[in-house]
Amino acid sequence: MRTRLHALVATVALGIGGTAVAQGSTMDEIAKYREMLADGNPAELLEMKGEALWKKPRGPRSASLEQCDMGLGPGKLEGAYAQLPRYFADTKKVMDAESRLVHCMMTLQGFSETEATKNWFSKPGQDSDIEALITYIGGQSNGAKINVPARHPEEARMAKVGEYIFYRRSGPQDFSCAICHGQEGKRIRLQDLGKLTSQAGAGAAMSTWPSYRVSQGAVWTMQRRLIDCMRQARWPEPSYLADSIIALEVFLQKTASGTVMQTPGIKR
Amino acid sequence: MADPMKIRASAKEGVTEVKVLMSHEMETGQRKDSSGNLVPAHFITEVTAEHNGKQVLAAQFGTAISKNPYLAFKFKGGAKGDKLAVSWVDSKGDKRSDEVLIG
Ligand code: HEC
Repeated sequence: MRTRLHALVATVALGIGGTAVAQGSTMDEIAKYREMLADGNPAELLEMKGEALWKKPRGPRSASLEQCDMGLGPGKLEGAYAQLPRYFADTKKVMDAESRLVHCMMTLQGFSETEATKNWFSKPGQDSDIEALITYIGGQSNGAKINVPARHPEEARMAKVGEYIFYRRSGPQDFSCAICHGQEGKRIRLQDLGKLTSQAGAGAAMSTWPSYRVSQGAVWTMQRRLIDCMRQARWPEPSYLADSIIALEVFLQKTASGTVMQTPGIKR
Repeated sequence: MADPMKIRASAKEGVTEVKVLMSHEMETGQRKDSSGNLVPAHFITEVTAEHNGKQVLAAQFGTAISKNPYLAFKFKGGAKGDKLAVSWVDSKGDKRSDEVLIG
């Protein structure tokens, strides 16, 4: 992975070498690099694998996930991801795509929570079923508009909590999400940070997840993205499916609402 | 067994364009795991493509090719509904073949 990462970085560097170092042209070059990658987005492999996993009888109950209700009714996947997180009456909780998927793996297939979430992200040589399933579920919303109005009181509460976390400075560096993602045109090294507080900024970000990260050689889910951003903020890392992450997702999806999903994405 | 490939093939004006995504770790044998041990090499060595049973591409692959390789190529001939098959063999002798109809 390391060596590959370097090879890729070298490719980007070559692409940029001849042009002016102005930020604008650098970003253009990165956009070109992305375009070149998009044609063969390896996330499509995971999407196919996720579809097979969705339909295959698995777990102690040897059941498939085809009856899983992701918010639009049992088995209705088209456009479901674009409307998550949402409040679910059966669990009395606001759930995102990942927590709902784990819920279905437990209730339909009989997995324990530990079993279901054991490999929630992949490592070299160790695949993650959740990554594959979420890539498939996300892809089923491709072309749909993000629609999280957060009208239910529980959803509205989570949106507020998410907004609070987004602006709250804490941790050893006194960081907030807003310090990195609250202004237009900012970047760290070559990465555009994105202003996640506007519809355009949040939309550009949220519509392209789950996303294949070339630097990691893997698809990252939104949970993984946000947990890693908390690490970047030097905050204690929350556990997988934590309410704090779901709250941030409600806040970001609400801000992004109206943007057309283009997933799986491909990122640095 | 290896995961399926994703193959797209489309014919236009007597030329068929093929795009293949292969699912493979492509370990170089030079990477170390988190405990510092070398991860053994494991990579695709050969890729072939057949149009209606006749070979149209044979390629040697090696460790300089990334994880989940993407290969695009064109060949003369091919029509909608013809069979296009792609196969690979890796350094451990694992194999995978997938087939699509040209669109
Ligand atoms: C130290 C700076 C920093 C902090 C603090 C930070 N992030 Fe990030 N964030 C990044 C970087 C760097 C990326 C990756 C950009 C890239 O690779 O293109 C990123 C990416 C993201 C993305 C994906 C953007 C996209 O366009 O795909 C989201 C969403 C996000 N962060 C949300 C958050 C949230 C929510 C918080 C607070 C918990 C947070 N970030 C805190 C630096 C930060």
